[in-house]
Amino acid sequence: MVQEKVGVYVCHCGSNIAGVVDVGDVARFAAEELKDRGVALARDYTFMCSVSGQDMIERDIRELGLTRVVVAACSPHLHEATFRGACARAGLNPYLSEMASIREHVAWVHRDPQAATAKAKAIVAGTVARVLRNEPLQAIEVPIDARTLVVGGGIAGIQAALEVAEAGYDVHLIEREPSLGGHMAQFDKTFPTLDCAACILTPKMAAAGAHPKIHLHTWSEVEKVEGQVGDYTVHVRRKPRYVDADVCTGCGICVEKCPVVVVDDTFEAGIGYRKAIYWPFAQAVPNLPVLDPATCTYFVGGKGGCRACEKFCPTVPNSIRFDQHEEPLTLRVGNIILATGFDLFDARRVAQYGYGRLANVFTSLELERMCSAAGPTGGKVVLRDGHTTPRSVGIVHCVGSRDRNYNRHCSAICCMQSLKTAHLIKERTGAEVYDFYIDMRSPGKEYDEFYQRVLDDGVHFIRGKVAEISDVPLDPGEEDGRLYVQVEDTLAGLRRRIPVDMVVLSAALEPRRDSAEVGRIFGIACSTRGWFIEKHAKLDPVATMTEGVFVAGCAQGPKDIPASVAQGAAAAARVLNHIRQGVLSLEPVRAGVLAERCSGCRLCNGLCPFNAIRFDAEHGVSEINAALCQGCGTCVAACPAGAIQGSGFSDAQLYAQIDGLLADLRRQPAEAT
Amino acid sequence: MTAPAFEPVIIGFTCNWCSYRAADLAGTARIEYPPNVRLIRVMCSGRVDPAFVLKALADGADGVLIAGCHPGECHYLEQNYKALRRHRLLLRTLAQLGIEAERVRLAWASAAEGARFAEEVRDMVALLRALGPLRWPARPIPAAHAQATTPTQAAVTEVTT
Repeated sequence: MVQEKVGVYVCHCGSNIAGVVDVGDVARFAAEELKDRGVALARDYTFMCSVSGQDMIERDIRELGLTRVVVAACSPHLHEATFRGACARAGLNPYLSEMASIREHVAWVHRDPQAATAKAKAIVAGTVARVLRNEPLQAIEVPIDARTLVVGGGIAGIQAALEVAEAGYDVHLIEREPSLGGHMAQFDKTFPTLDCAACILTPKMAAAGAHPKIHLHTWSEVEKVEGQVGDYTVHVRRKPRYVDADVCTGCGICVEKCPVVVVDDTFEAGIGYRKAIYWPFAQAVPNLPVLDPATCTYFVGGKGGCRACEKFCPTVPNSIRFDQHEEPLTLRVGNIILATGFDLFDARRVAQYGYGRLANVFTSLELERMCSAAGPTGGKVVLRDGHTTPRSVGIVHCVGSRDRNYNRHCSAICCMQSLKTAHLIKERTGAEVYDFYIDMRSPGKEYDEFYQRVLDDGVHFIRGKVAEISDVPLDPGEEDGRLYVQVEDTLAGLRRRIPVDMVVLSAALEPRRDSAEVGRIFGIACSTRGWFIEKHAKLDPVATMTEGVFVAGCAQGPKDIPASVAQGAAAAARVLNHIRQGVLSLEPVRAGVLAERCSGCRLCNGLCPFNAIRFDAEHGVSEINAALCQGCGTCVAACPAGAIQGSGFSDAQLYAQIDGLLADLRRQPAEAT
Repeated sequence: MTAPAFEPVIIGFTCNWCSYRAADLAGTARIEYPPNVRLIRVMCSGRVDPAFVLKALADGADGVLIAGCHPGECHYLEQNYKALRRHRLLLRTLAQLGIEAERVRLAWASAAEGARFAEEVRDMVALLRALGPLRWPARPIPAAHAQATTPTQAAVTEVTT
């Protein structure tokens, strides 16, 4: 047998590791005490991940003939690929290297240098023992299907879809609502430039709708996803529109003739109306009405309904199709971008602000619709009675954000949105505007300049968290019919009650209510609050831990439109990178059966959730389909005969690692008293 | 208060997707916890062979922590449930060997729960400090444990019925 030569490299990471762990001592320990365990040399170095650090490893492999490499540094999730690359360049199989995490798991969580150094040594000893049992492996190569799935037709999803499609590849764009557009379509103006949201969004929606490479599936939801990067099978549920998309011309006569009028609590945020058959909004893409079976007389009442839409539909054959049902749709794609957006915080939850109880307390989204020229009030800012112009308006920041009772996070956009609202109200009504903020957050290009502009508009800024909004007059001079905003003005050091006619609550952005379930469907993780977790918070903000699934927009965390667009484009770039590579290398962590050891007990057969294990009745042995195996190793752990081998995480590696990790206890058996 | 003289050693099996990442996050967020735990990365808590646990205990560990994704959040869909089943069975075996149930802990920590991971370690270390060293397999089986009176026994009986 070849004498193995292990090289151990202990990283200082500047002072990140060296500040707590005695890295020189760890290297000395490896060189001296692990000499008989195969360590040929051990070095410590300031930054192992630097070019010179990597060069050091490469040189040692070439010149000293190292056969295994251990790098004691940060988490393998950060730099495993770096050091594997260094080994590969020097001609060593990259899977003959291992990382020992002495930064995240030692230096950053322990303060006692002695205990931390002892633990670092144990980890290095365990990793050395393990790496000696590593086998040279070849990366698994998977072909990448060039088609892409984008889930969510808001601005982030539209941008992502357009980028991929423009590069010449097919995109399936799935949207849960009947039209593309997302939240941005509901907005009137966008900060800080005051561009009309519809004016900048509509061309993008139209481009996505008309693009020959974008296959639009609105009013549809993903039910199930199978497969892995390069080859996903996606099961989609298409909800019935009750309108034949192939025939309908979008003339709108059905909508005009429909006698049923209901409150539109989706697009118009509850302050406008729609018919039972309706357009989601004027610029909807696709330009098709949708029929709501919960309010249409054909479906409710049981008397066959008025069928006015059907009677007046001018197309031949008739576009109204009461017999439509949910339809399944199966798509094959190679990569997935999730841009599922956010939910707006329900302001009713903050009872003391009176939303839902006090008529003239509005949410920021209601105000957006009110400001929109295409909205229910034709762009007029009026009280709930529909005609009175407010003389004074209060705007409350951080409703449901930065509040331990609801969400601790900052929703990132509300300060700017509130400033925009203040400006629009001032412009349209000339009212006195009071803006109640905790901290003013305007870090963005031209954002603080916009704040200055609104200050110049004469808006009154009061720094303090609003305690209560009440319609009950308390102090002398207060009258009925107004709202009183109770607040501590923390700059003036005063308790104040400000009378206003209208209050606008800047509600928080929250994760989608079903984000945990959506995460499960796509095999990615959510934070405890429900935002999707990116692979790395700073360096890999659009990838996820699941290869081939990317995130963009507010589904990953609250952000404004420019950031959503940038993330959508970034996710698309990552997908295009996969597509252009054509074949992707995956971790060769797979299970396999040694047929000669398999007794055919079939214990493993029921353990695989991916149906990768089949029983070969003819030969009386179980076998594993490598294409379906995901490498979890559950069957390896279960096999009573040790017939299933797990590459990369073999029994031999893990036993050796346990042994190495605990070797110091054998050296000092008298320590425990 | 003086610190107890005995410092337990814990082997921690953490899964690649959730709990190892939780440990990484505890590091990134500088959440301090006692240095008694030594981690091994596996792809899934379902990879943890009960024999690994026995090997660790026999080699001198005073306790073993198995940490996986939360139920329903397993990267491999449901393999953490298999870890759960094995843990329950293992506790039964351990009780027969006179090893306290507290020494082999199953915990869940998502990739976002660095604080939770640290808390599990702190909690387990405190329990093991109170229990004292294991010294298995050399130590004799305490009569009390051999007679099925531990809470573990009760819990396992419940599970198996």
